Amino acid sequence: MQLFDVAFYVFAFITIISGCIVVFSRNIIYAAFSLLFTFFGVAALYVLLHADFLAVTQVLIYVGGILVLLLFGVMLTNNVISVEMKTGTIQTIPALILVAVVAGSLAGLSYATWKGAGVPDAAGPQTTTATLGQMLMTSYVIPFEIASVVLLVALIGAAMTARRHRNS
Amino acid sequence: MGSLGSFWNEFTAWLPHVQLSHFLIVSAILFALGLYAIASRRNAIMVLMGVELMLNAANINFIAFSRYSADMNFDGQVAAIFVIILAAAEAAIGLAIVLNIYHRFQTVNVDDVSSLKE
Repeated sequence: MQLFDVAFYVFAFITIISGCIVVFSRNIIYAAFSLLFTFFGVAALYVLLHADFLAVTQVLIYVGGILVLLLFGVMLTNNVISVEMKTGTIQTIPALILVAVVAGSLAGLSYATWKGAGVPDAAGPQTTTATLGQMLMTSYVIPFEIASVVLLVALIGAAMTARRHRNS
Repeated sequence: MGSLGSFWNEFTAWLPHVQLSHFLIVSAILFALGLYAIASRRNAIMVLMGVELMLNAANINFIAFSRYSADMNFDGQVAAIFVIILAAAEAAIGLAIVLNIYHRFQTVNVDDVSSLKE
């Protein structure tokens, strides 16, 4: 085993264990904070896949934005002082069976199909930011512009939706 | 037994050399965890966390295929960027809707919000 393989197993372990805590924890605050470690683990996997820009983006947007937003949601929708923050589960057994089938078939399919696919070339790490920027400005310019409009509309809509209505 | 033994030998030889399929399997497990959260949790915010886990799993797949393609194809990474953009929009809209539901029904339990059914 080389250092790459050891690092992969460490970060995959962190990702999956903290993902399990997110899903199976009964306390929603624990779940939200363990989602932090899942996002960091996924960012580390991106680094192992030579996607440095996406790793930084993952940390900035998921950890800095989405996770904080989720925590605000938890704080605003749970009465922190009086109600306990336990959340229940329903239909655990059918959900577990479904999930086991999905995970097993996806993982088995991946193993059976791509178990021999190795690294194509030993080019070594290279920076991806310049290439990604050029691609966003050339071949992906239409989706890029549409995404900017979608973000603007979504954020305006979120602000309008979450506003308190005084007269209703 | 012979086929099982050869499968086991192949598997143990595969395990320590991290390749494309290792990343795909981590992504499959993460996807299934997100699916479990969506299917079984009653809190709407937990459902949103499950959606985020599934989007992350999809992103790992995109980037893994991009890394292990023939000549370090960057199309997968661009797709992952768009997934992240849409995840941010989805989280904002979803939490706004959850806040509205909480103000109206005083609960975030997704099973109690069924007044359209009655």
